[in-house]
Amino acid sequence: MRITILPEKKLVELSGRRRVGDILTELGFLPGTAMVIRGDELIPEGEMVEADDEIEVRSVISGG
Amino acid sequence: MKCTRCGGSAEVKLRQHNANFCRDCFVPFLHKQVGRSIEKQNMIAPGESVLVAVSGGKDSLALWDVLIELGYQTTGLHLSLGIGGYSDRSTEKTVAFAEARDLELITVSLREEGLAVEDAARFTRRPACSACGTLKRHYFDRLAYDRGFPVVATGHNLDDEAARLLGNVLHWQMEYLARQHPVLQPTHEKFVRKVKPLYRTTEFESAAYCFFRKIDYVIEECPNSVGATQLIHKDALNKLEAASPGSKLAFVQEFLQRAQPQLASESNAPPRSCESCGMPSFAELCARCRLVREIESKRARHAASGA
Repeated sequence: MRITILPEKKLVELSGRRRVGDILTELGFLPGTAMVIRGDELIPEGEMVEADDEIEVRSVISGG
Repeated sequence: MKCTRCGGSAEVKLRQHNANFCRDCFVPFLHKQVGRSIEKQNMIAPGESVLVAVSGGKDSLALWDVLIELGYQTTGLHLSLGIGGYSDRSTEKTVAFAEARDLELITVSLREEGLAVEDAARFTRRPACSACGTLKRHYFDRLAYDRGFPVVATGHNLDDEAARLLGNVLHWQMEYLARQHPVLQPTHEKFVRKVKPLYRTTEFESAAYCFFRKIDYVIEECPNSVGATQLIHKDALNKLEAASPGSKLAFVQEFLQRAQPQLASESNAPPRSCESCGMPSFAELCARCRLVREIESKRARHAASGA
């Protein structure tokens, strides 16, 4: 799967079918700190992302 | 995963509420959550006009949208902070949001006021976030007072409030703890009420709300926030939240119920008036006027040494 991480605009590729929670863990995000977006939908933590999917992982943490 | 309400396909999982929602159920859920916060804390009286401080980020735009959906009469206030391209893009998003909905928006450019945050930081060698906070507070207060708004609403969310509480507790900042509340009543004739209707709404919830409502917000982070202490506190709290969902909400709510009322009753004397601008101040000059004097003095010295 191809992943775009925002706001960094970083591109990452992961192999195989994976659960959203596992993808977030692998990318270093804690639960509830990023949205996983596929097209026009949000994918919740327990759901699967297919190997050929393109997704966006968008951090929701802001501060200063 | 099924929506807890309608049984449809869920798009968000809210661990702290032990609930999943589809978008059609999540949006009214958030309206209700914010509406209840406003009512429970008596934030806005019926018929009051609300000045909404809008940065162009997810929280303040979500707040403005929710307040409109709840039927409040609102005007937006955007401060263009003068932090390079980041501020330009934030202003663009805010103006586009207001124009698309035909909303009234007041925009103030700190650069045009001679007080761009990046200049203030450069000339005074203060941290940029310190100058930024001082200027924001001043302009929100002053514009609300000058334009006759009884209340200013800001987009501070649960994560902001929990991180602030943690920071205040770590250093036992008793005066700050006494003033940490989602409603700040005016303590000076030129203060208006300040409210935080999103104080029980997480960052994830406001981001998901913007996504479902197709609100185009600034995704990039302020360049000055890199390494900010607040982000370290948020990270620590999110680790606790992952292990024990609901921790952040309980931390803030229990503080507000059990500790804050006692601390508030012991709080200090109200502010006096700044001798330069007349706005509330705890010294002869308010923080904004001290900053302005420092910038003017450094600018003059800079110009003299350059000449």
